[in-house]
Amino acid sequence: MTALLDVRDLSVTFRTEHGPLRAVDGVSFQVARGETLAIVGESGSGKSVTALALLGLLGNAATVEGAGVMFDDCDLTALTPEAMRRIRGNRIAMVFQEPMSSLNPVLTVGEQIAEPIRLHKKASKAEALRMAAGLLEKVSIPDAAARLKEYPHQFSGGMRQRVLIAMALACQPALIVADEPTTALDVTVQAQILDLLRQLTRESGAALVLITHDLGVVARYADRVAVMYAGRIVESASVRDLFRDPRHPYTRGLMASSPRLAVEAKTAMATIAGQPPDLARLPAGCSFAPRCPDAHARCLVERPMLEVVSPGRVSACHGPA
Amino acid sequence: MNDFVIRRCLALIPTLFFASLIIFCAIRLIPGDVIDLMLAQNDVASSADRDSLRAALGMDRPVIEQYFSWAGHALTGDLGQSLWQNEPVADLIAQRLPVTLELGALAILVSITVGVSIGVYSAVRQDTAGDYIARSFSLLMLSVPGFWLATLVMVFPSVWWRWSPALEFTPLFVDPVRNLTHILVPAVLLGLSLSGITMRMTRTMMLDVLRQDYIRTARAKGLKESAVIFRHALRNSLIPVVTLVGLQAPLLIGGAVIFEQIFALPGMGALLLDAVFQRDYPVVTGVFLVVGVTVLFINLAVDLAYGYLDPRVRGQ
Repeated sequence: MTALLDVRDLSVTFRTEHGPLRAVDGVSFQVARGETLAIVGESGSGKSVTALALLGLLGNAATVEGAGVMFDDCDLTALTPEAMRRIRGNRIAMVFQEPMSSLNPVLTVGEQIAEPIRLHKKASKAEALRMAAGLLEKVSIPDAAARLKEYPHQFSGGMRQRVLIAMALACQPALIVADEPTTALDVTVQAQILDLLRQLTRESGAALVLITHDLGVVARYADRVAVMYAGRIVESASVRDLFRDPRHPYTRGLMASSPRLAVEAKTAMATIAGQPPDLARLPAGCSFAPRCPDAHARCLVERPMLEVVSPGRVSACHGPA
Repeated sequence: MNDFVIRRCLALIPTLFFASLIIFCAIRLIPGDVIDLMLAQNDVASSADRDSLRAALGMDRPVIEQYFSWAGHALTGDLGQSLWQNEPVADLIAQRLPVTLELGALAILVSITVGVSIGVYSAVRQDTAGDYIARSFSLLMLSVPGFWLATLVMVFPSVWWRWSPALEFTPLFVDPVRNLTHILVPAVLLGLSLSGITMRMTRTMMLDVLRQDYIRTARAKGLKESAVIFRHALRNSLIPVVTLVGLQAPLLIGGAVIFEQIFALPGMGALLLDAVFQRDYPVVTGVFLVVGVTVLFINLAVDLAYGYLDPRVRGQ
């Protein structure tokens, strides 16, 4: 079976005042139908840019290159803007990080959910609003019919994220890209939203690309993981394999620095020494080498390529000397 | 919402009271008395004549007493008699007001249409040649005085093509076409001179709104760029633009006074100017009262427009 989404050697370069800046560098991954892939990494590792590139939402300041983004056997990078527009919100939907600012303050929630239905499914206004009410019920917003007429400022942050999820589900997309969907929310609401997202994607059979920096979220909700560092994927594996036996030193560092309740309060939390690199001045060898406890001479001069380390998992590391 | 309108209307009462009191007193402080002007035509006037004229016009009483007597009548719609023309002030204003309202309304329409559409275009095509041309246009409109532009329009077409704007005014309801051909040129010029700042404000707000997260959401839904701009961005951008249009109201009236003079339009501007020169106190006070009420109502309309444009205001 072919993958639903097959990203091949994707690179994104931004034009800046200080010259070109490569935010995503040769990223490849696949997502099968109905699968949840987590893309995990620190801020600035290129996770969100990768997501925006998939939907063609980066605008004019960025150049997207590579060997193609195959979605359902159709190369998204080769599509005209008009054809890409018909896929956005229809076959591929996105849930954003900031529920507080991602809804238009002057349009009712109903109008905003009904919009993609009217656009892509050619439904009448009344029909689209009826479907919007159904979607609000699906995302567990009580009294849906009445709340359709309300405006975003009348909703709490968690409720707004539910609205954004309803909006993403509106046209039964085959793929949902969720960019840190719970980062801006209260901890108590985070699990509710992720549970909801998982339940609804399972019901509809949609695949999910879940972008996060939270390994706890990865462990609980993803099937497979891709770890990104400085614009590249450094390790990719099934969740079970990754947590049982992380191969890349960066992945190990991330796991060691995740806070755990069981750890005694006296011990300081482990951190990865150093700073994420400046994308404009990446080292010649492995980008992680300056922070890596296992780095040796070869790591400083030769960039490690992704290599299959066991069936279904890859890692980009020269290994210990 | 109804409560809001009622509260705003009640708030107009003290504002109008103080505004009219200030106008009433201020016009009487201008050097040169109307009695002197009237009697200047008569060399043999004695101080007894002077006093009797003053008493006949009711000006021998204290100013405050005169004010309350005037205000009492004004409440019933009686703004007094012109001191020079033997006509009620209310009638004089009623003849002139429609001309000024028409000029002002058309000018605002031109200002909003031109300013908003060029502003949106300029923001969407940021940093292209079209944007630079649009910004140069707005700078030109901001810096060129409207009356100078009006003078050019009066002079050059008549020199080049022997065409000049009509000098005889036709009321709108008598012959709409003739009326519009007369009033359109000054209305467009007045509107253009106000459009510069409307355009700048629209452009700035549009650029700000187009960077918002909800615009990205709209694009992620697969909306056409036109829907993103007009349905999602424009309404959010217009909220401050509406405030600006409200603030322009006094500017518009000032402009109308000048344009009416240049284009020989028998509006409130001409009436006011003559009345000031002749120290025709009741006319000046009456005109200012009507202008004040108009400005206050425009501001009320702006506040109501907020409620329409921004649901967050409506709830409060």
